[in-house]
Amino acid sequence: MPEANAAFQQIKNDALDHVQRFYDGSKPVIMVGTATCGRAAGALEVLGVIRKALDKEHVDAAVLEVGCMGHCYAEPLVIINKPGHPAMAYGYVTPEIAQRLVRDYVIGEDPSLEFTLGALEENDLIPSIYDLPRYSYEQHIILTNCGYIDPEDIRQYIAKGGYEALDRALRMQPQEIVDEVRESGLRGRGGAGFPTWQKWEACRDAPSKPRYVICNGDEGDPGAFMDRAILESDPHQVIEGMVIAAYAVGARYGYIYVRAEYPLAVRRVQIALRQARSLGLLGRNILGSGFNFDIKLFQGSGAFVCGEETALIASIEGKPGIPRYRPPFPAVSGLHGKPTLIDNVKTLAYLPQIINNGSEWFAGIGTEGSRGTAVFALAGKVINTGLTEVPMGTTLRQIIFDIGGGIPNGKRFKAVQIGGPSGGCLPEAALDLPVDFDSLSEAGAMMGSGGMVVLDEDDCMVEVARYFLEFTQRESCGKCTMCRLGTKHMLEMLTDITQGRGRVEDMETLQELAEDIKAGSLCGLGKTAPNPILTTLKYFRDEYEAHIKEKRCPALMCHDLIAYYILPDKCERSCDACVGTCTVEAISSNRKGIKVIDQEKCVKCNTCLDACPPQYNAVIRLSPPELVPASKDKK
Amino acid sequence: MTEEPKQILQGTGKVLKEFSKKKENLVPILQQVQNQLGYIPREAMLEIADYLGIPDMDVYSVVTFYNQFRRNPPGKHSIRVCLGTACHMKGGYIVLDAWKRRLGIEQGGTTPDREFDLDTVACVGCCAMAPVTVVDTEVEGKTSPTRVDGILLSYKLEKEKGSKGKGKGKSKGKAKSKSNG
Ligand SMILES: Cc1cc2nc3c(=O)[nH]c(=O)nc-3n(C[C@H](O)[C@H](O)[C@H](O)COP(=O)(O)O)c2cc1C
Ligand code: FES
Repeated sequence: MPEANAAFQQIKNDALDHVQRFYDGSKPVIMVGTATCGRAAGALEVLGVIRKALDKEHVDAAVLEVGCMGHCYAEPLVIINKPGHPAMAYGYVTPEIAQRLVRDYVIGEDPSLEFTLGALEENDLIPSIYDLPRYSYEQHIILTNCGYIDPEDIRQYIAKGGYEALDRALRMQPQEIVDEVRESGLRGRGGAGFPTWQKWEACRDAPSKPRYVICNGDEGDPGAFMDRAILESDPHQVIEGMVIAAYAVGARYGYIYVRAEYPLAVRRVQIALRQARSLGLLGRNILGSGFNFDIKLFQGSGAFVCGEETALIASIEGKPGIPRYRPPFPAVSGLHGKPTLIDNVKTLAYLPQIINNGSEWFAGIGTEGSRGTAVFALAGKVINTGLTEVPMGTTLRQIIFDIGGGIPNGKRFKAVQIGGPSGGCLPEAALDLPVDFDSLSEAGAMMGSGGMVVLDEDDCMVEVARYFLEFTQRESCGKCTMCRLGTKHMLEMLTDITQGRGRVEDMETLQELAEDIKAGSLCGLGKTAPNPILTTLKYFRDEYEAHIKEKRCPALMCHDLIAYYILPDKCERSCDACVGTCTVEAISSNRKGIKVIDQEKCVKCNTCLDACPPQYNAVIRLSPPELVPASKDKK
Repeated sequence: MTEEPKQILQGTGKVLKEFSKKKENLVPILQQVQNQLGYIPREAMLEIADYLGIPDMDVYSVVTFYNQFRRNPPGKHSIRVCLGTACHMKGGYIVLDAWKRRLGIEQGGTTPDREFDLDTVACVGCCAMAPVTVVDTEVEGKTSPTRVDGILLSYKLEKEKGSKGKGKGKSKGKAKSKSNG
């Protein structure tokens, strides 16, 4: 292969120069994670406090905003890299802690170990964050830079080896790239796990022109945030992957489709596109290779079904996002009827490293049928909520317990919802399943794009099924009758069950309807909509039965089947924590100083249960509500 | 009242100038118009259809298809309760109830004084902070019913401070121009 391209070498040297000047070892560098998860926890406030404190003390330090490291549970996160010391990560940083970190560590010499999550490099003094058990399971490929570079500065990405793969790819034959992707075994990360190279080849072989490449960043699964985090933390990796894909299939134009709910991702992608263009890494004659390719950002408008490729294309064309029958597949006839390659954010993000490290390296990770790593967003009842990247084949148990840290508050694990509205709920017995494209489908769920919501004993499985049906029913575009009316009918039945009006025969009807909807729907939305019902019926039938036969919600969640009650013998006379916090003034003290809930007024908002001090634990929920003893003294 | 259609046409016209007459621009145009006006009034839809040379019906069907577009004026502050999976399971529906109760409106509604509008959103990608409410552009993590009261109180205090401190100043003017738009 010929030498690295001189134009690229120059860009790389400039970037290295800049970054070395930045980290010249003379001054501390402070990084604050300001992805959306950090912001929700108050990162911008922390950032402001740090800047102000440094200013006030006239400290020469560099402050920069980075993306998400994946430790969302510990946000806001701050990294302090002080010359002569290992870089340190701090979690749960409040404005007060930020102030102290500046005073005691940036200016002083006390690394404030009480606030640290660990050092970011091995050293003799301070335990490293990588000694945490989770890191023996994790393997970062596309999360490598997330949280460690400034996503709004392309030079930081380049200094970490960014765009080298593009330079290399442009000196390869397009066919060589497709071959490399085939040998790597890369399968699409958007949900279906389709072999990536097959789509590429179909697109490249399609005769008509121009061809398009679309990056699918719609991430409609309500409970998933991998693509958001990647676009916010390391957008260039996705752009680089897209240009490589475009070169391989001979595309001229590209779109990055980001959902409207992700304004920060939109902004950071826009900045990244501008910077890539200004360095000649995008646009006309990329790196002097004669290859032209430019990317536009397209903002979605809040419709789940637009994540489906043909609907997404319709929406870029200015039409309602309604899926159409395939074939023809978009690779042959997509945007404006032209060959269109459409890949998920993560799929594209893997490409630079596959080109750099070779297909063999990638194929050596993961399992036989599913190569490489998988990125999961852990949420719900799990201690370490956030992102994780693990080799395919890691078990659910390892992800939830060893990486996620298990269930908070000593509660019992009940199920994990995986794959979003198209996936299912898997019980304890399925925890030793390896996570890859095929094993989970056998259990009735699917890997989906990577959303994983952990549920504990307080979560009602009938309610989970109802929730997803409500979602798919609302998001159904209405084109197929089975999907439009079938989901509505199922939702009505589930609502009846959660409200105590279920009938025994409903369980059979649900099962039958589910099969019909699967058969009678055009796109994945309808075909997979019944999965949450089928899996809960299969693994948690006893909960359906309790709702139907006893009008009881075993998880004490369904509002119509529970009541809040204060145990008189546990209630402490001198305490009135619940009275003050009750949002509807439904709690009063009786003559003996014992608190009583007025069931007529109670809106079941759970505030009193949270407010009751743990040493009393007097507030409980009862199901069915009839269990609440009739109150003897009302006034 | 005569001001209102004029403002709509002006706002819409300003947006249209930045786009070529291609149907492909319909969704971005609608997004910009909504940014300008806070919603997409009938008059704006007609203008856009005219500009792009497409049937009014096509614009209407796109506006009604996508959840993002609203057809009635918003409040001064927007409240978006997340009902994604993680938020729902961590009590997002309880939070929504609390907002409804406090604001006295249903999902999709605007308070009579046009201070707040209330709606839901399916996951803003902050599931780790569930349950989440997006207030204007701020993502508020771990919103409980008591936090709802806290947020409302801070807006109330801010408003009182604004109208006392500045008299006929900024906040009042802003409220007025928005409610006209
Ligand atoms: C209802 C529905 C929603 C979808 N949502 C997404 C999504 O949010 N993101 C995504 O990448 N793919 C989504 N897909 C899959 C896409 O249709 C398409 O298969 C994918 O973008 C291909 O990319 P990949 O080969 O890289 O996986 C969805 C499919 C369906 C049926
Ligand atoms: S479910 Fe609410 S932010 Fe994701």
